[in-house]
Amino acid sequence: MIELVMAPLQYEFMVRGLAAAIMVGILCATLGTYVVLRGMAFFGDALAHAILPGMAIGYLVGGGARGPLFWWALLTAIISSLGIGAISHSAKIKEDTAIGIMFAGMFALGVALISTSRSYTVDLTHFLFGDVLGVRGADLRLMGLFGGLILLAVFAFYKEFLVLSFDPILATTLRLPTRLLDFFLLVLLAVAIVVSLQTVGVALMVAMLVTPAATAYLLTRRLAHMMVLGTIIASLSGVVGLYLSYYLSIASGAAIVLTCTLIFTLTWAFQAIRQRISLARSRLSLAADQR
Amino acid sequence: MALLREFIKTEHWMRRERPVHQVNAPIIRASGLTVRYESGFALQDVSFEIHPGERLAVVGPNGAGKTTLFKAIAGVITPTAGQVHVYGYEPGGHTCIAYVTQRSQVDWTFPVSVADVVMMGRIGRLGFFRQPRAKDWDIVKQSLETVNLAELSGRQISQLSGGQQQRMFIARALAQEAELMLMDEPTTGLDMNSQEELLVILEKLQRRGVTVLVALHDLKLAAERFERVMLLNHRLLGLGTPEEVFVPQALTRTYGSHLRLVSTPEGLLALEDTCCEEGVLVHD
Repeated sequence: MIELVMAPLQYEFMVRGLAAAIMVGILCATLGTYVVLRGMAFFGDALAHAILPGMAIGYLVGGGARGPLFWWALLTAIISSLGIGAISHSAKIKEDTAIGIMFAGMFALGVALISTSRSYTVDLTHFLFGDVLGVRGADLRLMGLFGGLILLAVFAFYKEFLVLSFDPILATTLRLPTRLLDFFLLVLLAVAIVVSLQTVGVALMVAMLVTPAATAYLLTRRLAHMMVLGTIIASLSGVVGLYLSYYLSIASGAAIVLTCTLIFTLTWAFQAIRQRISLARSRLSLAADQR
Repeated sequence: MALLREFIKTEHWMRRERPVHQVNAPIIRASGLTVRYESGFALQDVSFEIHPGERLAVVGPNGAGKTTLFKAIAGVITPTAGQVHVYGYEPGGHTCIAYVTQRSQVDWTFPVSVADVVMMGRIGRLGFFRQPRAKDWDIVKQSLETVNLAELSGRQISQLSGGQQQRMFIARALAQEAELMLMDEPTTGLDMNSQEELLVILEKLQRRGVTVLVALHDLKLAAERFERVMLLNHRLLGLGTPEEVFVPQALTRTYGSHLRLVSTPEGLLALEDTCCEEGVLVHD
């Protein structure tokens, strides 16, 4: 058993991958809590996809160099989050329709741009599904820096984000700058997505945002607990997923997401069974009382 | 541009600049207040004054603009024309207004406890980057005691009954140190006991000097338990004591065909067929 756990750790790429997966788990589950509670799953998905053209431009301009990609992605993510935020505030078209239009358009632009490069398929696959085992030391430092900033911001604005999510009207009557805070949360989400891109990729991003937080939601009834529990579930999924990927030779991003999904399904089934049992018990005791 | 304006507002907010209340000004003064949605007028040329310490029922059929009126007073929506002033200033600067939405508008599955929700009322006082201190938790505790919810402070909010949910929001308004409280249909779906408990607490608030406006569609309750009532159906159709306001002409103008007025030996009986089965005696 110990042998099974230790064996992959002799490879440095595995150690870096594990560190990245844990960091991503912490970040995604923390912001994912807001995504789940505010019903922003589609928004998160769209934001992740909308980053693709920015990465593609960075990739083409840099001649395939990995270094500047992070900054290109960050720039696109922030612009997209502000753009989608602005669209959703205008009342003409329904929000999800507007997001759908932008998201598919941007994504198509990204695919078109990447397709002009020669190593098209391999690179596109990395962007779409992540390449956690290709994480370099420099990537880890950037992830740590921005991840730390995001966590700090969530901690500092915890009570404001709480009111904004639970009761936007109260936030307005308390004279909180609601639109500014809304945009700020979107920017934080955008940065978290960029930090996590290399681990699970554009296409699987939304699962990292939603699934661990939703699992925690099933298990607890306090916001802070939901964040902590979600973080633990997501990080654990990252680690387990990577080991599965190592031993079964399956794609790492997919393995991590599948682990998240499995944990969610088990939790959900467990809760459903527990409810059935308690319902049956109360029926039994009711029947006993009547007799 | 909107973001820039918000930045400037935030800067004021950070410096904790709040408008001073004008002494002797009415707590609410609406003049020519008009709110127009794409579907039509929600409020049309509504003017009135309400003085500190009043407890007023705002009565009108569904869709009469009661919620819109409250939102305009709270500064959540901007009027199309006309103004609302709270203590002599536009509502945008005040933090002394508490607006309690209809129960159906709240996400009751949200992972917060009763005490968490009441603490939200303190956020305006705390300001950015400050965590609640012992004093704030004391205020939360006292507020919950005032509304008889102290034992339930750790409960998740979906585990409360309808009446308890309303009382929790009253506690939040107390924690906010609100001077003006707007409650949107708080009695809807409550049983008689919970309704009574709520009304007693509202009377308690009035004695503490809090001005309370309650939107109701139950005419009987308004007539029996409120000293002053406002009749609203897009336009203001009456403001005064129930005896002054609930007269046949105003009632039929408010409710139109939804109301039947029946003469009985005891007086005039108003029967609503939109929402409640019970008639109300409006005239002796």
